[in-house]
Amino acid sequence: MSLLEIEGLDLDIHGEAILKGVSLGVAPGQIVGVIGESGSGKSMTAFSVMQLLPDGAMCRGRVTLNGHEMLALSEQSLCRLRGNEVGMVFQEPMTALNPIQTIGAQVAETILIHEDVSRAEAMSRARGALERCELPEAKFPLSRYPHELSGGQRQRVVIAMAIALRPKLLIADEPTTALDVTTQAQILQLLRRLVDEDGMGLMLITHDLAVVADMAHEIVIMRHGEVVEAGPTARVFAEMRHPYTRALFEASGHQPERDETRRDVPLLQVREVVRDYALPRTRLFAPQEHFRAVNGVSFEIAKGESLGLVGESGCGKSTLTRAILGLEEVQSGQILLDGEPVFTGHRPNREVRRRMQVVFQDPFGSFNPRWKVGPLVTEPFHLLDDPPTGAARDAAIAEALESVGLSAEDRHKYIHEFSGGQRQRIAIARALIIKPELIILDEAVSALDVSIRAQILDLLADLSGRFGLTYLFISHDLSVVRTITDRVMVMQAGEIVEEGPTALVFDAPQHDYTKTLIAAAPVLPDRGAA
Amino acid sequence: MTETGFLGAALRSRSLVLGAVLTAVFVLAAVVSFAWVPHDITSMNVPDRMKGPGGAHLLGTDHFGRDILSMIMVGARTSIAVAVVAVGIGMGFGVPLGLAAAARKGSLLDEVIMRGNDLVFAFPSLLIAIMITAVFGASALNAIIAIGIFNIPVFARLTRGAALSLWTRDYVMAARVAGKGATRISFEHILPNVTNLLIVQGTIQFSLGILAEAALSYVGLGAQPPLPSWGRMLADSQTMISIAPHMAIFPGLAILLTVLGLNLMGDGLRDLFDPKIRRVGR
Repeated sequence: MSLLEIEGLDLDIHGEAILKGVSLGVAPGQIVGVIGESGSGKSMTAFSVMQLLPDGAMCRGRVTLNGHEMLALSEQSLCRLRGNEVGMVFQEPMTALNPIQTIGAQVAETILIHEDVSRAEAMSRARGALERCELPEAKFPLSRYPHELSGGQRQRVVIAMAIALRPKLLIADEPTTALDVTTQAQILQLLRRLVDEDGMGLMLITHDLAVVADMAHEIVIMRHGEVVEAGPTARVFAEMRHPYTRALFEASGHQPERDETRRDVPLLQVREVVRDYALPRTRLFAPQEHFRAVNGVSFEIAKGESLGLVGESGCGKSTLTRAILGLEEVQSGQILLDGEPVFTGHRPNREVRRRMQVVFQDPFGSFNPRWKVGPLVTEPFHLLDDPPTGAARDAAIAEALESVGLSAEDRHKYIHEFSGGQRQRIAIARALIIKPELIILDEAVSALDVSIRAQILDLLADLSGRFGLTYLFISHDLSVVRTITDRVMVMQAGEIVEEGPTALVFDAPQHDYTKTLIAAAPVLPDRGAA
Repeated sequence: MTETGFLGAALRSRSLVLGAVLTAVFVLAAVVSFAWVPHDITSMNVPDRMKGPGGAHLLGTDHFGRDILSMIMVGARTSIAVAVVAVGIGMGFGVPLGLAAAARKGSLLDEVIMRGNDLVFAFPSLLIAIMITAVFGASALNAIIAIGIFNIPVFARLTRGAALSLWTRDYVMAARVAGKGATRISFEHILPNVTNLLIVQGTIQFSLGILAEAALSYVGLGAQPPLPSWGRMLADSQTMISIAPHMAIFPGLAILLTVLGLNLMGDGLRDLFDPKIRRVGR
C-alpha cells in the first residue's frame, strides 16, 4: 500500500485553478521526483499534502497519507501529523532557521511539540538527529547559532528538524537549488541515505531534471497544474511520451549555436589583481586585519570571445566582477580594457566604463520597481557625455528592446508586469543600449527555468554574433558554462586554479578542485541510452 | 500595484477609513476657520461666559464668553500648522541625513550623523523643548523648532535603516555600473523606495507633534494669546473644571480624536504598505 496517495486533486485559489486533477503516489522507501518549471504547481501539490495553503484556497479530490484523509482532517489533527508523520525541507536554508535560536533548540522544538518528553531528552534526541545528518558533536554542538554555519550545514539542520521524529514521508521542496554543486551532491547523498535507513518516502520537488535523474525511483512531470507524464525514472527518460518532457529534456542540455572562430586581439587584460577587505577590528587598537578575496589573478579575454568563470560561493568571483567593472579599486595589479586602465588616479575611468556592462542573476531585484522600462533601460546613458534625447533616445530604446525580442511599446510598462525571463531580456537590453564591447553575465541565467534559460542562451549567442560582443560568463552552474563559452577558468579561494578551452577542461580536468566540481555536478542520462 | 487595487484595499481597511475621516474633519475645520467661524473669538462677551453646550453656542462658551467651537476650529489651525512644520523639519533634515549616512555606510560621515542622532535622542524631548522656549521666549515658532529638532533623528534613523537594505539591491549596482554617483542613486533609486515608510512614520510623528504642541501650550510655552490653542484652552479650564466641565471636555476631545485619527491612519497605511513592500519592492 502506498504511503501517500493523491487522487484527482484540484486546487483553486480565489477561484483561479492552480491544480487540475493531480494524481501521484509515494511508497515507503521510495523517492519520487516532482519536476516542473515555476508556476507548474509542484510546490502547491506539496502544500496541499501538508494542508498549508494560502487564504482562499479550495481543495477537491483525495489526499491520503498513511491512512489519514488529509482533506477531511481538522486543523488540530493536521498539526499532530505535520512534523510527526510528514516532514518538510525548504529551498532557502538562510531563512528556514530562526536566527536567534540555537540549532539544538530548533531541532528539539519539533520533538517537544509532538511528544511528552523532558527538555533534556528532547535535546539528546536532537543531538541524534543532527548526528544522522552528519553534523558531529565535536564541530557542531547544539549551542551553535544558524549564522555560524554555512548554507549546506544549515540545510542539514533543516533536514535534521524534518527527520527528528522519523516521519513516514519527507517533502523536500528544491532542497539544493540555493547550494553550490559540491554541497548539492552531499545533501542529495544524505537524503538518499536517510530514505534507505528509515524506509521513509521522499517527495523531491525540483526544476532540475539532472538532480532527480540518478536519484528518483519515479518521476512526475508537471506543467500548468497538471501531471503530463509520470512513471519509473528509466522509462520516462527512455520513452518521453509527452512533448513537454522532451522539450524540458532538450532545454536542460541546450547548446546554443555559436560562431567559434579563434580570436587573438585581447580586449580585457587582468594582471596580478589583488583585492583585500579590511576585517572589523576585534579590539579597539588591534592591528587592522585583512581578508584577501582575490589573490594574484591574471587572465585575458580576446575580442569576441566568451570566457567562463566558474567557482562556488565565496571564491571571490563577485569581488573580481566588481573590480573589473571599476566599482571598487584593487590593492595591486592592473585591469585594462583595450589597454586603458579601469581606474585612473583612484577614480573609475568613464571612458572604459562605458564600454562594458553587466547583467545580474536576480531578474526580480535588478530593477527599481517604481520606474518604467524606458528610463530603466536608458540608465547607462548616464555614462555618455552627450546622451541621445528625444527621437534618438526613443529609437535607441526601441532598438535595444527589439534586439532582445521585446516590443518598443513595452517601455511604457512597469517592471512587475513582466515575467522572470522577460525581465532578464530587459536587463540584457539595458546592458546593450550603450553598445558596450564587454558584457559581464553574473549568474545571468541561474535563476531561470530551463526552457527560458535555453531561450536566453540562444539570445546571448545571437547577440554576440550580431554586435561582436565579448562575454565574461560567471556561474556556479557548470552545464551552462559548458554550452556557451570558448574558454573556462576555475576559481577557488581567490585564485584561478585551472584555465583552458572549455571542452578540454570539462573532459580532462587537471586540478583536483575542478575534478571535484565536475564529479559533483548532476548529469542527465543520454537520450535513449537509459 | 494598480491604482484601483490600492484604493480598493485602502477602502477595505476600516481603521484607515476611520482615521482618514477623523483627520479630514479637523483639517476641514481648520480650513473653514479662515473664512468663517460661528462667533468672533477676539472679542469678549462677559455676560455670556461659561454657558453650557446648546443654543447659540453649540459647545458652550469659556470664561470670557468666547465660543468654544470657534476656538477649537481656530486652535486646529495652530495644532496642524505646528505639526506640519515640525514633521517638515524632521523629514527635510532627517531624510537627507539618513540617505547620506546609508550611502557612506561605515565612514566618518555615517558615524558623525548617527552619533549626533544618538545625542539628540538621549535628551527627553519635552524637557529640551521647554528649555528652548524658555531661552528664546515662548512662541508658536519656537515650539515648532523645538518639536521639529526631535523629529530629525526619527526620520534619519528610519531612512538609513531602510536605505541600507536597498543599497544591496542589484538595481543599485546597475546604477553604479551606469556611472551614477551616490547622491544621484540616493534620490533616484533609494528615496522613491522608502517613501512608503516615510509616509507612515510621518502620520505618526504628526500626531506626536500635535500632542507636543498641546503640552507646550498647556504649560504656557506654545502659542501665545490671543492665538487660541487646544493646550492652552485646557490650561484655562483647569481652575473652572467643576463649574464648567465643558471647557475642558471639548478641547480635550479635539486633541484625543485628532491624535486617534492620525494614529489609526498611520496603522492603516502601514498595514496597507507592508505586504506591498514585500511583493512590489523586491
